[in-house]
Amino acid sequence: MLLFVLRRIGVMILTAIALTFIVFYMTNLPPNLEKLAKSEASVRMADDAVASWLERNGYGGSVFVRYGEWLGVMPGWTLTDEDGTIRGRCIANGQDAATAARFCGILQGNWGFSTVFKQPVTEVLARSLGATGWLMLWVMIVMVPASLLLGVLSGMREGSRTDRILSTVAITTTATPEYVSGVILIALLASATAGISPILADAGWISGKTLFPGTATSAMDDITFWNFFLPVMTIALYGIGYIARMTRASMTEVMTQQYIRTARLKGVGFRQVVMRHALRNALIAPFTVIMLQFPWLLNGVVIVETLFNYKGFGWTLVQAAGNNDIDTLLACSVVAVFVVLVTQLISDIGYVFLNPRIRLA
Amino acid sequence: MDDALSWGSIFLRIAAQLLPVWVALIATFALSMRYKRRLGLYGRIFDSPVGMTGFGLVMFWVFTAIFADWIITHDPLGQLSGMKNIIPGSPVKDAVEGAYPYYLLGGDHLARDVFSRMVMGAREVLKIAPAATVIAFMVGITLGLPAGYLGGKLDTVISFISNLVLAFPVILLFYLLVTPEIRVTGIPIVLAAILFIFPVIFLTLLLNARFFTSPPKRNLYVGLTLLFGLWAYSGLAFNADPLGVWSMDPNMLNVFVSVVFVNSPGVFRIVRGMVMDIKTRDYVAAGQTRGEGPWFIMLWEILPNARGPLIVDFCLRIGYTTILLGTLGFFGLGVTPESPDWGSTINYGRRLLAIAPHPAVVPAFALMSLVLGLNLLADGLREESMKD
Repeated sequence: MLLFVLRRIGVMILTAIALTFIVFYMTNLPPNLEKLAKSEASVRMADDAVASWLERNGYGGSVFVRYGEWLGVMPGWTLTDEDGTIRGRCIANGQDAATAARFCGILQGNWGFSTVFKQPVTEVLARSLGATGWLMLWVMIVMVPASLLLGVLSGMREGSRTDRILSTVAITTTATPEYVSGVILIALLASATAGISPILADAGWISGKTLFPGTATSAMDDITFWNFFLPVMTIALYGIGYIARMTRASMTEVMTQQYIRTARLKGVGFRQVVMRHALRNALIAPFTVIMLQFPWLLNGVVIVETLFNYKGFGWTLVQAAGNNDIDTLLACSVVAVFVVLVTQLISDIGYVFLNPRIRLA
Repeated sequence: MDDALSWGSIFLRIAAQLLPVWVALIATFALSMRYKRRLGLYGRIFDSPVGMTGFGLVMFWVFTAIFADWIITHDPLGQLSGMKNIIPGSPVKDAVEGAYPYYLLGGDHLARDVFSRMVMGAREVLKIAPAATVIAFMVGITLGLPAGYLGGKLDTVISFISNLVLAFPVILLFYLLVTPEIRVTGIPIVLAAILFIFPVIFLTLLLNARFFTSPPKRNLYVGLTLLFGLWAYSGLAFNADPLGVWSMDPNMLNVFVSVVFVNSPGVFRIVRGMVMDIKTRDYVAAGQTRGEGPWFIMLWEILPNARGPLIVDFCLRIGYTTILLGTLGFFGLGVTPESPDWGSTINYGRRLLAIAPHPAVVPAFALMSLVLGLNLLADGLREESMKD
């Protein structure tokens, strides 16, 4: 078991290094750097001026060396200006070069400076991850019980009318990506001209023009049911259908097992059979699916935060990518890759723990 | 000036406008039901209500895309004055003689007809999604077969690369791959050069494995495949077709390549898993004893026996690709602003959702129904193929 985890962690680190290098390489392509130089220094720079600006600001040299500097395994670049001051990656403005650290990459906790938000990346990241954490938490609180219930109910009696109806609901929500369900939900519940809001407003049941606000910006300061319902539902809906289908499949399989028939023949009630005998075994597969759903939630988060203008991780990623903010984008990808790999590891380990039939040497 | 149409007459008029689609749908269903016993797996779709519903929805959009030129009521790019964000069923102001007198599903923020744009959007989606999925399947199969069958170092390396791509957050990948700047660096062309060669390799291997015992036939088939394959390859990947028949808009190539790139590892995983399962069967051992070559066993013994799950996954994956294309449009990546594709229409429409929801809701429902149709079709196929 320990060896298995260690080997998995080894592969994980290798994957993380490869992925961050790819992102580093793609964000540091010559056209992107040229754009960076023009936005930082002057828009009307000639090509040779761009090249010398890049050279002077540590963007020259091989991409491997720069990746090493960014990671913190290579010493940061230093340059001596004409007037004798030494500038460098690790030397803050006005700092004495002698006192500066030699290495300053993300391993040393130096994540760089965001050109879009004009803040250190760590601050941007902490704020946006905090916001997204709340969103994810509520999504999980809504999604997991709802989908398990849906799946167990429809898998309990395969082919019954409940099963048919719930399966149709599940398949419909899996066919609805977030940008579609978000738009439909807003049109239905948060539009002053369509959906149910005008009816409710005419009847005097709601004080404002719409039932729910169309954005979740106010949830940054204060999360309420009203400003968080739509974004949470939008993300949760897609996942509910998917996890419910997986739960249903595993539940129907368990219900055909011999021990369920034995329990029924012993005279145990149907409710008891489902609760005591079937449920635990049926929930092994959905556990893996829920864990592997996290990376997918990341996608949903990006779309929903853009749609509802909620300034979390996904919104930050879009801003960074759209404005060529290299340091922020790299930090975002580190976080994203980390989340994906860790959830994969947890799902593998959890699967082994939950399923006594699997033994890993 | 006429009044706006009621919802009932809007639907009637839309139904009338879609007449070619209904005719084609009825013809398809009538013929397929009549001969369903002779049509194999395809015919068996018509035994399951779920599969039939899915097939109907998918074919509805396919026929809409085919007959789009007859269905549209206005030029999808044409802007008429006074029709900005106008509600569904509004009459066209100062209509020209002979032009369609209504905006059936209203106007968008640039006063274009939402209905016509939705219809043309179907063509945009169905032009890319199935083709990209086919290429992704060929890449996945060509790599997955040897990885699963031969195993070893080859398997380790390809699996690592595919896990790498799968661990990438899709949206981040799109933001990195589908930008105008990236075209300058030539990365899309390199990717296209790598990905587009796989169909040629796949078909060559397939035919060579089948006919290598009779060289004249083999030379003919493989030669023709190579001739046509490399001809198309040169045009599509490098835009260097000497005759100018095959070519792809660089923007479209960028989108296409990214979608194939994202989809291939998923196919690879499925194929690899199935090959590892099937290669332990007796008929594979029998083939090995007969002295069949590894590629013959992979392509002509294992692959046909893996077709059921692959066909199901193919349907699901077209739906997923449609969602991905919508995502690209939603973030405004790789599409021209006038493009009527559903994703970017939703993107432009969402900014005005509070006052005029219809420009975003119409393509949203269109996209949902197509993906739903594909999912239902996959479900029906799965049910039917499990019956043997």
